[in-house]
Amino acid sequence: MYVAVKGGEAAIDAAHAWLAEERRGDPAVPAPTVAQLREGMALAVDRVMAEGSLYDPDLAALAILQARGDLVEAIFLLRAFRTTLPRLAASRPVDTGAMRADRRVSAIFKDVPGGQVLGPTFDYTHRLLDFALAAGVDPPPAPGAPADPAPLPRVAEALGAEGLLQPEPPGDATPPDLTREPLELPAPRALRLQVLARGDEGFLLGLAYSTQRGYGRTHAFVGELRTGAVSVEVEIPELGLAIELGEVVLTECETVNQFAGSRTEPPQFTRGYGLSFGRAERRALAMALVDRALRARELGEDLSGAPAGDEEFVLGHCDNVQATGFLEHIKLPHYVDFQAELELVRRLRREAEAARAAGESAGREAAE
Amino acid sequence: MSADGLPWGFAYLDEGTKRMIRRALLKALAVPGLQVPFASREMPMPYGWGTGGVQVTASVLTPDDVLKVIDQGADDTTNAVSIRRFFARTAGVATTTRTAEATVIQTRHRIPETPLREGQILVFQVPIPEPLRFLEPRETETRRMHALAEYGLMHVKLYEDIARHGHIATTYAYPVLVEGRYVMDPSPIPKFDNPKLCSEAILLFGAGREARIHALPPHTRVESLAFEDHPFEPARAAGICALCGAADSYLDEVLTDDRGGRIFVCSDTDFCETRRAGGAS
Repeated sequence: MYVAVKGGEAAIDAAHAWLAEERRGDPAVPAPTVAQLREGMALAVDRVMAEGSLYDPDLAALAILQARGDLVEAIFLLRAFRTTLPRLAASRPVDTGAMRADRRVSAIFKDVPGGQVLGPTFDYTHRLLDFALAAGVDPPPAPGAPADPAPLPRVAEALGAEGLLQPEPPGDATPPDLTREPLELPAPRALRLQVLARGDEGFLLGLAYSTQRGYGRTHAFVGELRTGAVSVEVEIPELGLAIELGEVVLTECETVNQFAGSRTEPPQFTRGYGLSFGRAERRALAMALVDRALRARELGEDLSGAPAGDEEFVLGHCDNVQATGFLEHIKLPHYVDFQAELELVRRLRREAEAARAAGESAGREAAE
Repeated sequence: MSADGLPWGFAYLDEGTKRMIRRALLKALAVPGLQVPFASREMPMPYGWGTGGVQVTASVLTPDDVLKVIDQGADDTTNAVSIRRFFARTAGVATTTRTAEATVIQTRHRIPETPLREGQILVFQVPIPEPLRFLEPRETETRRMHALAEYGLMHVKLYEDIARHGHIATTYAYPVLVEGRYVMDPSPIPKFDNPKLCSEAILLFGAGREARIHALPPHTRVESLAFEDHPFEPARAAGICALCGAADSYLDEVLTDDRGGRIFVCSDTDFCETRRAGGAS
């Protein structure tokens, strides 16, 4: 006889207990700590902070642990926590020009003032599995050199001085805030950049790649890519001065893109911009390419048919917390609506059947 | 401080967020059927699982409310259980499965069979609030179409259904015209429930991922779209409930074996249980 879907509460409790057990894994193996994840999985932590829109390495590491390493789930945990945090103040714009960069490369000049600084990069490693890591061997100390405290001048400024690069005029306008206002389209560039900054890395990567393969080509060169710490300052009106709260590590990418000119703009180089929490070169580069593609309208370019240049398409679909939630919700019961569809399909089939039968008998009569 | 002693507000959201949502609700009630953008927050359940409804419920709940949560008409479906627990924990409100006893009801995909009365609030979880979305994917376009009340595309779609199938082939999320002005998506309720949209209760619709709220104040005129020669007809499975014998409720079809055996039971579990307790069947 009919067994109702009773027992939902007990089933949910049991599922959660089982999940906790699975998360722990083999009890004979020591459980990873938040500190171990924060240090050893630093790039995963960076991605979770960037897409979770919350700079807190310990919370991000906790989220990764709780999510069993599912980074989209970890990002979701951080976003949900972020909802509960009060907005106490807005910082001053961070000065990435004053960044204490430990990596900085330019692909458009052989040498640049301040030099090319490789920093701790995977770029030229041979991707061979390192079995010494599995054996737990600590690496020898890396050779060091005293840091040059002078800030690195921006590569783009060299082009800007010659008037070859479209200037980005500074503005004092308060930028729109995606986390406090609903996204309205068309969106100004500041808002687009906010959406991209928390967008799914894989989605941005795919879109950026598609522009390189001809779906809205924008001819990007990496003008500069830099990673390092910047200080975060908050203006205290009562004191009339700004106080440094701490530092965040950022990755910034500025692309220089060919631009043949349009009806509204002379031939010049234009820029795409990417910025991310943490060490996130792939995401910063992808963001810069997509940012540039999304500027098609203001530059009077025709990128029709290119997904990366379609603002509603890109901004509407790059958030993985939204996307995964809506995708996975189809696991929820839909039997009320399915029942309505069942009834319709049965009715249409009955009617089609009857019509065919009527047609056949009419055909016989005509033949007789 | 929330009811569970953790550092978030009553019903999870902070007061500033709830105020923002209440403003959107008031605007939506003032212009029935209009989709009002609101700054939707990330909630601790996934988008697509009722975050819009949850935010609306969180914003209208008071400590004295009695909350009922249903999914597919049932109180015991897993996501309904999860959302009911969330509010029991974060708001400490009383919960019930009885439609008549609830002051706030959050629902997914159904309107209770028991007529709602003045003073009750029904909160719908809405996946895609835009009735024109599958005819025109661009928000900038659909916004313009609503502004100009340019609904020809929708009528053409319904007409093409009739031309192809002999019927309007929309069985749920059936579009309605509100007070002769806005075409509105009533959320994916079966069209059987559409007549209940003219209600004594306040009907609030929250779409979290799409960041839109719309509303129907009590006694709003809500017409399901149709043609003079093809009038709207609410549909249900032709059968009676195997548990309570109801012949007028919306039915779920339940497979009972692997040889084609099936029965029908009320989708609204409270309606069914109340009838059985009253000796019906």
